[in-house]
Order: sequence, then structure tokens, then C-alpha cells
Amino acid sequence: MTNVSVTPSAPTDIPEIDDRKVNRSHLPAPVRFVGRAVATLWRNGKARIGIVVLVLFLLVAALAPLIARQSPTSTDFIPYQHPNSINWFGTTGNGQDVFAQMVYGSRISLLVGLLAGLGATVVATVIGLIAGYRPGPVDEVLSFLTNLVLVIPGLPLMIILAAYLQSRSVWTIVLVVAFTSWATGARVIRSQASTLRNREFITSAVFSGERLSRVVFREILPNMTSLVAASFFGAATAAVMAEASLEFLGLGDPNTVSWGTILYYAQQQNALLTGQWLLVFAPGLAIALLAVSFTLINFGVDTLSNPRLRER
Amino acid sequence: MRYFTRRVVLFLITLWAAVTLNFILPRLMPGSPADAALARLASTGQPITNAQRDAIQAQLGGANGNIVGQYFDYLGNIFTLQWGRSYSYATETVAHSVGRALPWTLILVGVTTIVAFVIGTLMGVYAGWRRGRAADATVTVGATFLASFPPFWLGLLLLYLFAFQLNWFPITGGYSAGTAPEWTWSFLVNAFEHSVLPAITLAVTSLSGWVFGMRNNMINTLGEDYVTFGQANGLRGRTIATLYAARNALLPNVTAFGLSLGAVVGGSVLVEGIFGYPGIGNLLYTAVTNQDYPLMQALFLVITVSMLVAIFVVDLLYARLDPRVRVGPEGS
Repeated sequence: MTNVSVTPSAPTDIPEIDDRKVNRSHLPAPVRFVGRAVATLWRNGKARIGIVVLVLFLLVAALAPLIARQSPTSTDFIPYQHPNSINWFGTTGNGQDVFAQMVYGSRISLLVGLLAGLGATVVATVIGLIAGYRPGPVDEVLSFLTNLVLVIPGLPLMIILAAYLQSRSVWTIVLVVAFTSWATGARVIRSQASTLRNREFITSAVFSGERLSRVVFREILPNMTSLVAASFFGAATAAVMAEASLEFLGLGDPNTVSWGTILYYAQQQNALLTGQWLLVFAPGLAIALLAVSFTLINFGVDTLSNPRLRER
Repeated sequence: MRYFTRRVVLFLITLWAAVTLNFILPRLMPGSPADAALARLASTGQPITNAQRDAIQAQLGGANGNIVGQYFDYLGNIFTLQWGRSYSYATETVAHSVGRALPWTLILVGVTTIVAFVIGTLMGVYAGWRRGRAADATVTVGATFLASFPPFWLGLLLLYLFAFQLNWFPITGGYSAGTAPEWTWSFLVNAFEHSVLPAITLAVTSLSGWVFGMRNNMINTLGEDYVTFGQANGLRGRTIATLYAARNALLPNVTAFGLSLGAVVGGSVLVEGIFGYPGIGNLLYTAVTNQDYPLMQALFLVITVSMLVAIFVVDLLYARLDPRVRVGPEGS
């Protein structure tokens, strides 16, 4: 089913989202919301750098075959090469081109980071909002659940889960990371929601007869946009790091080409002892840069729901 | 007092849930960890007694066991510290391995956690107070970059530079081969030299969490009316920053600090693993690379329970620090 044609007759005023044929008349509001959020972030100097770096990584991931001339999985090169004109970053002990692996590896890191971050944020927001706004048994149960996931320190739990689950794949890592990373965000969002619950504007909204869902999603949630966004970028950063850590430990799929597996093979083949420090340096730097871009975007995030903090 | 009772009950329930989760997890997994463990034990060449087989099945779940009986065996074994035998360290029990590794981790990770908290919080207060100025930009951008280094990667680079190339520090271990842990000056110096690189790695990569947390809390607190009121009254900037804003901004960070103290016991799996530091993290690293399930399960239990205790203490402490929490649930 690749015949997704842009039908000019589609009566839509938002051209970016006309790729689906279903009725999306409810989308404009969220899309406008995201557009406004990006515009607000763009005004912040640090967040702007973060967005630029993130977009660069996205471009590298999308255009990987155009950037890397070699195949990332081909083992036809001479092993243990130092950087040269053919293999810009040298080759691994298996005779693979490291530059191509770096370029194609960006796909896995971005995929895991964004998907796991998104999953963790959705769970965190729903649980945090409900727990914060409904004191009593509901809060008790949800906070209990949150605490239970919180008490189990992230990396050890991920390692144990990945070690018990003897299947090694990227999707396992996404699930494990999303399943273990939502609790911090939920705790923060819950405490903010329980503070807001006692503010005057919420009390007046309740007294004026607004429904529960409207109070929670229309009155409380907009005041926490920055917390939700911060929790997303935090979880995404954690996911990128966790993926690299699990793969470095050998708990990822060793046949995937990603920054984590480059590090894994570099350690297995003692790249530092043979002087191939670039095999360790390059993937780690890429992970760090991607994490930096998420963190930099996070700097602009506190201006989302507080106009007073915006830079003039 | 009601608050206290509630917390204790909650703590006990959570403890039970976590211990039970540790029992269920290996049994839920596809492919039996118990069979893998038995196969691994057989490959070491020792004969497996029936008692050993029963013990492993009580711990990890066996093909033909009564699950209720196994559960009570498991609970009993936990309290009597019979955590089974690992095959990474065939000469000692799991409880022994854990006990031997614990002090190393407590000292290394405990000290670096406290140091990082103090320095990071001070930097965060300063950056939040100087929001938007050059000092704030320097601190936050610097901390952003340091925070984004994967800890094990920074560790590898430090190892390469300072141990391989410059030979300033030893390459691996918690103390030199040939010496044994003892309370002598020369051994302590030796152990200290071995801990410098892992300590720097851990402190540098955990510093920024405190900087950002404190900076954000400061910014929120500085937006409060009582700060504006203080400024209107002509109080000195430093008075407002430290006595008005920082004191209240510290509150949320107390929770985080307690949690990170609870996480100390878990150590740092990858950093300890890279440096070959003889702590809990390295033990878990070894257990994972050897697929040593009994050791893994015991370590997971120890790490989880210490975290639970930390959260319990923080909850009690937080109610002392912020009466609103204690009164809140009953008041509404």
C-alpha cells in the first residue's frame, strides 16, 4: 500500500497533515498547539541550538544511504584499520566500516530514544494527573504503583529484565526502557497536580460545575505543559543512555548496527589497547550530543507554561 | 501519628510487593532461568545434589515444583540469608559475595553522591539566582555537556588517558593484586588511588542533576509573592537568595537526595564494571555477563530493598520538613 497520493481536492487548511485519508478534523487544535510550542522554544537561545542539533541528527538518520558510501554490515574491509580515505573512522575487528555504522546507527538511537520517551511520558502524565487530582484510594493505589516502579532503580531493573528475557532486540529495549522510566515523571506531575488542586482557579472551576475530565485536562494540564515536556525530554535522554548501556553490556541485539553495539564491539576487541580510541570516542560523543540536544530543548521548556520566563 | 502509621503499613506492603516481584519475574520469563542455572552449574563439573536442585528451583522456578511451597521456601531463604550459590564465585555463597562487595560500593558511591549533591546544589542556587546572566549560562551549559556523557564512556576515556597513556592511576581493581584488605595506611592509600578515576567519573556525571533540579526550583521559588515582597522591602539580594528562596527550593531536592542515597547500594554497574572495582555494581556486571541468575536475583533484592528503606525514611523526613504534606490528605 504505497499509493499514498496527496489529493488536491482534500479540503484541509493544514497541508502538513494531509497524508492520511481518515477524518482528522479534530487535529488542527493539537497541531496548532505543537506549532506554537516549537515557536516558543525557538525564541530561547539554548533550545534553538538543541532543535538544530536534533534536526541534524534526524537528517543524518533519514539520509543515511546518501551520507555513508559504505555498507554498515559489510565485512569486506581489512580489520583494525586506522582512519584512512576509504574508511574515514577506521574499521572494526570484523572488518566493518565504522563511519557507515555511525551514520546508520543514528537511526536506532533516535528510534529508541523518541519511542521510549513518548511511551514513558504518556504513562507518567495519565497516572500522575489522576493520582494528583483524586486523593484517597485512587491516589493510594497509583502512588503505590509509582513507588513500586521507583524503588526499583532503573538500570539494574532494565539489566535484570533484559537478562531474563533472553530475546535480544531493539523492541525489547524500547519496552523495557518505557516500562521502567515513567515513574519519576509521574511523581513530579502528581505533586504538581496535588498543589494545583488547592488553587483558587481550580476551586472556582469545580464550583462552576465543570466536569472532572474538563477540570483535569483543560484547567490543570495546560499549567503543566512544561512538566510534561520536561518529562518527555528527560525520558528520551534516559532512553538513549539506557540503550547504549544495555548494548554495551551485550544485552542488545549484537546484529543491530547502533552506537551502543559499536561501543560493545570496541570493548570486546580492546580498541583502546590497540590505539583505536576513535571507536570508543565517536559513538559516545554522538550519544552525548543527542542527549545534549534533548537537554538544551528542555531549557526552553519552562517558558512553555510561564510567559513571564520568556526571553525578550 | 496517623501519618506515621500509614507510612509504616505502606512500607511493609511495598516491601512484600517488591520481594514477591523478585520471586515472580524469573518465573514469568520465556525460557526457564532455573534450567539455565542448573545447566550452568553442571558445566562447572561439580555434582549437583538434590538439595541444590530444590534450592535453585525454589529461587528461580522449576519445571515440576509446587509454586506455593516454592514461594514460602523462597521467603524463608531470604530471611535466613540462604541466597543460593553463584557459579561466578564457586567457593562462596551468594550472601558472602554480596557482603564482601557492599562496603566498597557504600564508600565509593556514597561519598561521591554526597559530594555531587553538595557541589551541584550550591551551583544550582547560584545559577538560579543569576538566571539569564553569564554565570548562569556558563554553569548550565557546562553541566549540560557533562550530564550528557554516558558515565561508562567518560570512564573509558579517563581510563585511556590517565591510566593507559599517562600512567597516573592504576588500570583496574579496588586495590593492587598481592595486597589484601586491611586497616593499614599503605592499603588505604592504595585503595584511594584505585578509587580516584571511578569517583571522578561518577561525581562528574551525576553533578548536573542537582544543578538543574536546584536551578529550576530556585526559579519557581523566585516567582513567589513572598520573594517579590522581600525585594519590595529592600532586603539584600543575598538574603533573599539564601534565606528566602534557597531554603524553600531545597525541599523538593531532599526527596531526590534520599532516592539517590537509596540507589547507592546498587552502585554503578557499568562504571564499576569498567574499572573492575570490587563493588555491588561490578558483581551485577559479572552476574549478567555470566548469566549467573542466583547472584542476579539476590543482588536485585538487595538493591530494591535498600531503595525502599530510603524512600520510607525520606517520606517521614519530608513530613517533618513540610507540614502541608502531613495535613493535606486529611484536610480535604
